[in-house]
Formats: sequence, structure tokens, C-alpha cells
Amino acid sequence: MTERITKSMAKNIYYGGGTFALMIFIALTFDTVHQIPKRSNQQNMTESVVAGKKLWEKNDCVGCHSIVGEGAYYAPELMNVFQRRGASDETAFKAYMQGWMAAQPLAIPNRRKMPQFHLTPTEVDNLSDFLIWTSKIDANDWPPTIEG
Amino acid sequence: MKYTSQSVAKPYFIFALILLAGEILFGLLMGIQYIWGDFLFPLIPFNVLRMVHTNLLIVLLLFGFMGATYYLIPEESENELWSPKLAMITFWVFVVAGVLTILGYLFVPYAQLTELTFNNLLPTMGREFLEQPLPTKVGIVLVVLSYLLNVSMTILKGRRTVITTVLLTGLLGLAVFFLFAFYVPDNLIMDKFFWWFTVHLWVEATWELILGAILAFVLIKVTGVDREHIDKWLYLIIAMTMVSGILGTGHHFFYMGAPEYWLWIGSISSAVEPLPFLLMVLFAFTMARDRKIKHDNEIALTWAKGNAVMGFLGAGVWGFFHTLAPVNMYTHGTQLTAAHGHLSFYGAYVMIIFTVISYAMPILRGRPHGNCAKAQKVELTSFWMMNIGMLGLTLALSAAGIVQIMDQRVGTDLIGFMESQESINGIYMVRAGFGLLVFTGLLTYFYSFFVKEPAKS
Ligand code: HEM
Ligand code: HEM
Ligand SMILES: [Fe+2]
Repeated sequence: MTERITKSMAKNIYYGGGTFALMIFIALTFDTVHQIPKRSNQQNMTESVVAGKKLWEKNDCVGCHSIVGEGAYYAPELMNVFQRRGASDETAFKAYMQGWMAAQPLAIPNRRKMPQFHLTPTEVDNLSDFLIWTSKIDANDWPPTIEG
Repeated sequence: MKYTSQSVAKPYFIFALILLAGEILFGLLMGIQYIWGDFLFPLIPFNVLRMVHTNLLIVLLLFGFMGATYYLIPEESENELWSPKLAMITFWVFVVAGVLTILGYLFVPYAQLTELTFNNLLPTMGREFLEQPLPTKVGIVLVVLSYLLNVSMTILKGRRTVITTVLLTGLLGLAVFFLFAFYVPDNLIMDKFFWWFTVHLWVEATWELILGAILAFVLIKVTGVDREHIDKWLYLIIAMTMVSGILGTGHHFFYMGAPEYWLWIGSISSAVEPLPFLLMVLFAFTMARDRKIKHDNEIALTWAKGNAVMGFLGAGVWGFFHTLAPVNMYTHGTQLTAAHGHLSFYGAYVMIIFTVISYAMPILRGRPHGNCAKAQKVELTSFWMMNIGMLGLTLALSAAGIVQIMDQRVGTDLIGFMESQESINGIYMVRAGFGLLVFTGLLTYFYSFFVKEPAKS
């Protein structure tokens, strides 16, 4: 097969095909950037949600957890923890989060441990708001089940 | 060694190997903490072990690419390196920045590290693989720029070959796409979307050019096959890379908040992504078959062939397993992802570093015909230990991933993440066992450097 392909043909596919693919990619990037605010309900991205995201990064939560399927696989997926632990009720979820964050690390021998981050109650609320906002993103019906 | 300036490659190679030992050691520690959660906790929490592990990987590959470039560019352009001095300064700057960053991870709590390193000025930290403090990220940019300058100047004043052009294109792409690491929008989804511009477009586009170029260089040297022939293959490989890999980024946009059309575009384009890796296998084996010379450094060719095969398995086969949208719905973010991440990074990128080191290092040490037979035998043993270790580790993680998916995502009788993980503990022990084999293989590999040459007759 490769005998019939010459060096200059291969070179042309590289430059031509590469440029073509890149053009389409750039066009779709513009469209995606245009659509993400709607699909992620950017209008609901309050100051508290943004503060929550900053805390998520500052404490490197993604070093153990995944969120929207990306990150580490040591600890549970958190995109749908609002549904799983809060039954989609904001007050219940925020109360649960205050208790959960304060209780770390759990004293169960040999269980994988989550560190104590010493966050203030407001900071924990910010994280809850961030996770609630994340849970409502249109991710084409992912995750497939409540267990994440 | 044809040009004295090629010798700057040596410290880069040595340091890359030291970092690799660190990387695998931290992998082992993580493998143990996976099973016994109290191991090292709270001294080093999992996320810290993980950032050390993955960042060492990225930095060792950068050191390896740089060493390879500094070795092959003078020979290809038939010219001394533009500034060997700059290359050495860059080396030390990168070493110091790298070591300080790792020490920072290990000895300063991460939240405090963000404060100490001006993360509030331009928040970029706390994202997977891009955990580096701002000064480190800026340092990487400066190091890469000075390296690009050095390489470009050398190429400009010398002979231009397809290999140098492809390599330089790959390196430019590496630099450009790293810049997305500095763009962190407040919207998590927008953030993730552009995060992949660095991560995916590195490993599945620009780095593949670098990989192809280094592989082609080593193959020319150890098989003596005509350059025209090699060039055609190289163009064919990178053509397929570009055609599939750029739009293939879409395989990360299925279930993260991006529009539906990526389900189709990502699936179709990335389904073609195994092709360039398959071509690399054909390339390596065809060149080996048609070889014009029998180089005494046989192990270098073995690494080149192994590189192509393992890269195809890790990226091509394991990548294909989960790259179609309906399958990815169930596999997204599971141990199956980790299985693929391990075999692909190892097979494609760690092994190209082994390949070029195996060819170049003996020459840099004054052994133009390669190491002695005994040293090559030791190296071959380490080749098999590491390859079998990584394959075993990957198979174990794949099994873990399948159990995890059945437990959490299929049917009605579901169990939660922590419970499911506990039930997988046995498989994680197997994983750790194979990890130990990889580490022992690496030590064996190190030993091969110290095997005494027989006295010259
Ligand atoms: C040498 C080349 C490659 C390397 C180093 C590599 C590495 C990785 C890594 C580390 C991840 C995990 C990223 C994360 O943490 O979220 C990943 C994900 C993925 N890779 Fe690759 N990959 C390569 C090639 C490929 C190819 C050729 C394909 C397809 C045929 C592929 C398909 C995928 C898919 C679908 C995911 C997403 C998995 C998920 O949804 O969880 N990869 N890759
Ligand atoms: C002794 C061998 C090794 C062990 C036991 C090991 C263990 C681990 C563990 C436990 C994780 C974290 C998974 C999680 O987030 O839950 C990880 C991540 C990772 N390791 Fe290793 N590792 C080893 C060797 C390697 C090698 C040789 C490479 C590369 C060539 C590598 C590349 C990676 C990558 C890219 C990730 C991120 C994966 C992803 O996000 O999907 N590891 N490793
Ligand atoms: Fe990818």
C-alpha cells in the first residue's frame, strides 16, 4: 500500500489535511465558546459559585476526586453529589456539607482519607454553591447513574 | 559523536532518568495508599503524591525531548549547536525550578503554596497536571523559549531535513499550546474546554510529531535505510496524526458541557487516531527488515520496535476502547481511563526516551558501536521487565475499571464508589505487584550503565 504513496503526496496530506482540520477545529471552538454559557447556566454563576471554584482549586480537590468525569479516581465523582447526598435540596445539601467537611478525616482505620482543610462555614457554603451549580450543567445526560 | 556540542544532551538524559525513578517511586507509594488509606496519611495526602507523580512525568519527558533534540539537531543540520552554553544554563535553571517545585509540593500544604506563589494574581493552580505554581509555569515558558531559540538558530544556519522541520514544528506546537495553561476562566466548563488544548493537543498532536521525528532519526542511524524512504514514512505518520488528532480533541467534549455535535465529530475523528500509531509499528518493522547495515547497538533497534508496539497498544488499542461516545458514557473517569493513561504515556513517550538514550548514550560515552554484549543483555532484561510490568499494571487497572463500571453504572443493583473500590482491593494489590516489577526493571536498566566494558584487545 505504502509503495504507491510518494513522499510529496504524504507531505501534501500533512499540510493540506492538517490545515483543513485546524480550520474546522477553530470554527467549532468559536461555536462551543458561544454555547457553553447557555449549557452551563452561566447566569446562575454567582459570586459564591466563583469563590467555590477558587477554593476547589486552592485545595486541589481534583487531586483525589473527579468532577464532570475529569480529575483523579481516588475519591467519588462530585458532579452529582448534590443529588446523591442532598437529594437535590439546597438547604439539606449545605447542612450535609458543613458536617462532612468538619468531620474529616474520618477515623475509620485503613479507609482512604480525606484531609482536614480548616475551611470557614462561609467557605464551605461557597463550595456547596459551586457543586450545586455544577450539578445542573447540561453534560449530555452524564453521569449515567446517581452513583457517579 | 560527530559534533562536540552534542554532549550537552548527556546531563539532560541523566536527569530525565533520575526523575523517572522518582515518578515510579511515587506511583508505588500511591499504589500502596490506594489499598491502605492510612499509609503516609496525613504526612503526604493522595493529591500531593499524585501531583508529584504526574508532574515528574511531564518534566522528565520535557528533559528527554530536550536531550534528544540537542543530540540530533547538530548531526542533522551538520553544524555545531548555536549556543551550548545557553543549553547548559537552561538545564540548570530547569533543574532548580523543578526541584524547588517538587519540594514545595512535599513540604508546604498546597493551599499555603498557592498563597506563597502569587496564585491570587493569576490563578492557574489546582488543575490536573497543571498544578505548578505561577513562577514554575513562567519558568517553563522561559526555558522552552530559550531552547526553541537555540534549536531554531542551529537549524537556520545548517542543513534542513524533514526530521528537523517536523521536530521544530512539534516543539513550536508544544510551546504554543502550553500557553493555554495560563487561561483559567471562572466558568468551570470553559476552563475544562481550554485545559484540553494543552493536554490533548500535546499528547495526541504536537508530541506525536516530536515522537515521529526522534524515532525516524534513530531508525536512520541504526538501520542505514535511505533517507528518502524514511522521510516518506514520517510525513505519512504525521499527516494521519494531524488529520485525526486535532478534531479528535472532541473525544473529551462528550460529557463535560460542550455541545452535542462533538459526540459525532469526536467519535469519528478519534477513531482514526490509532492509525498513526499503527503506521509507526509498520515503519519500525519495515525499516528493520530492509536495513542496510547491522549496527552493533542492537538494543537501540529493539527499543525502537518496542516503542512503536507499546505506543500502539497504549494509545491506539486502549485509546480506542473508550473513544466512541456511547462507550465513553460508561467508562468516562474510571480506572479504565487510568489504564489507558499509563500504557500510552509509557509506550509512546517514556519509551521514545529510552530509545534515543539507548542509541545516543553509548556514543556520548565514547562507545560508537554501542555498549558491550553483556550490558546490552542486561538492558534487554530490563526492557522485558518494564514492558511486562506496565502491561500487567494496565491489565489490572482495566479489570478494576470494568468492575467499577458494573458496580456503579450498569443495571439497577448499584453500589457506591467507596464500597466498590473496597471490593477491588485485591486487584489493586496485583497492580502494585506489577508496579514493583516496573521499578525493579528500571533499577536493572540503571545497572546496565555500570556494566564494565571488556578490555580492548
Ligand atoms: C500517546 C498518546 C496518548 C496519551 C499519552 C494519552 C493519555 C491520556 C490520559 C492521561 C488521559 C486521562 C486524562 C484525564 O486525566 O482526564 C486520556 C484520556 C483519554 N484518551 Fe488518551 N492518550 C493518548 C492517545 C489516545 C488515543 C490515540 C485515543 C483514541 C483512540 C485516546 C482516547 C482517550 C479518551 C477517549 C480519553 C478520555 C477518557 C475518559 O473519558 O475518561 N487517547 N488519555
Ligand atoms: C510503579 C508503577 C506505577 C504505579 C503504581 C502508578 C500509580 C498511579 C496511581 C495510583 C495514579 C492515580 C490514579 C488516580 O487518580 O486515582 C496514577 C496516575 C497517573 N500515572 Fe502512574 N503509576 C505508575 C507508573 C507510571 C508510569 C511509568 C507512568 C507514565 C509513563 C505513569 C503515568 C501516570 C499518569 C499519566 C497518571 C494520571 C492518569 C489519569 O489521569 O488518567 N504512571 N499512577
Ligand atoms: Fe485525547
